Amino acid sequence: MKPAPFAYVRARSLDEALGCLVADPEAKILAGGQSLVPMMNMRLARPSTLVDLNAVAELSGVDAAADGGLAIGALTRHTDLVTSPLVRERAPLLATAAAHIGHRAIRNRGTLGGSLAHADPAAELPAAVLALGATLVAAGPGGRRRIAADDFFLGLFATALAADEILVAVETPPHRDAAWGFAEVARRAGDFAIAGAAVAAIPGDVGRSARVRLVAFGVDDRPIRLTAAEIHLGDPALTPDAAAAAGAAAAGCCHPAADVHASAEYRRHLVSVLTEQVVREAAGRRAARREGESRWSQSP
Amino acid sequence: MISVRLTVNGRAVERDVPPRRSLAEFLREDLGLTGTHVGCEHGVCGACTVLVGGRSARSCLLFAAQLEDATVTTIEGLTPAAGLSALQSAFRDCHALQCGFCTPGMIVAAHELLAENPAPSREEIRAAIAGNLCMCTGYVSIVRAIEQAAAARRGGSLP
Repeated sequence: MKPAPFAYVRARSLDEALGCLVADPEAKILAGGQSLVPMMNMRLARPSTLVDLNAVAELSGVDAAADGGLAIGALTRHTDLVTSPLVRERAPLLATAAAHIGHRAIRNRGTLGGSLAHADPAAELPAAVLALGATLVAAGPGGRRRIAADDFFLGLFATALAADEILVAVETPPHRDAAWGFAEVARRAGDFAIAGAAVAAIPGDVGRSARVRLVAFGVDDRPIRLTAAEIHLGDPALTPDAAAAAGAAAAGCCHPAADVHASAEYRRHLVSVLTEQVVREAAGRRAARREGESRWSQSP
Repeated sequence: MISVRLTVNGRAVERDVPPRRSLAEFLREDLGLTGTHVGCEHGVCGACTVLVGGRSARSCLLFAAQLEDATVTTIEGLTPAAGLSALQSAFRDCHALQCGFCTPGMIVAAHELLAENPAPSREEIRAAIAGNLCMCTGYVSIVRAIEQAAAARRGGSLP
């Protein structure tokens, strides 16, 4: 089993890679290759040219943003999301989601940008950036543009990226109050999720309450916001009691398909259960955090 | 053809490769390092696991052309010039291989685990080899072997 023949370009700069996409409309970007190469080996994908981004150093790494968020290079590997102290502190939801991906050897190669651009509806990182309300930065021949995660995922393996654009970075918002949750159900460790849910409370502007963003994945053609469930979760209502109401509302938000792994009905059930679970998890984290803060403020 | 220079098991290698040559094929066919086994060829079974830059990777999901300046270590590179490594000895002692097809990938995955975590719990061992399939289903012995090797490397023995 081997892929159909293709040309290979080891890009040394982002501009060189962008030029390759313009020169060959059938070219594909190669980042971690953990989804693309299996598809090529099975001849489900036949790019004419592979443009390898791995030598473009500027696309890797995690930077602390002035607003308390992060700017993460698209070529950052899943393993580095899991272990980075900055990611664990400022976007713990992203680190936890990354730890659920595949197996160690897959996480060592797979990249944040690759997972988002591939847009598998059952993948963890698209759900995490959607829950975080992250901003995705795309570079194209005309320069850079910033795309809200809400506008990025358009359908099954479909994103807002144009054919001549490359996802270069992900910006996560400040996430100081540590109210987040992530859970999924898979048949075996490392498998794609049958269903999963993620929640994050993103601090609002000064004097305004947090926005709670609730996402399900593996249950539609893309990761989806559970907006009918979010309305139960205004900031003060991020409580265990509200979790049950959100869980009940969540099932109606998705349109899962039935396949060999699970029926549509079972997936809807899982979305309810997992939604309640991640909201309880987030509420528990917030309570623990606030208790810790009040202890600090009371100490002499 | 793409020219590629890399280090394999401490040896500098320079070759011209077709773009679609996988690292697994390159190791086996071009370098004669047949310890790396090729199973599913789409990243599921883990038999072809090697270390790239010290981290485990599926060699069926990498193209040799990508490995410019890389450092690759295969099961041959994890084997002492004489005798067996602690992991290899433990696999033999614990009967942790039946057909042996998954063994090189298992040992590479276990090597990465023990390099980071010299005293893993049984659960951590199971998680570390979750991406390596043993079609003989000899997992209990494999986990036991990794526990024994970890103890041996720490200079002790299992209780």
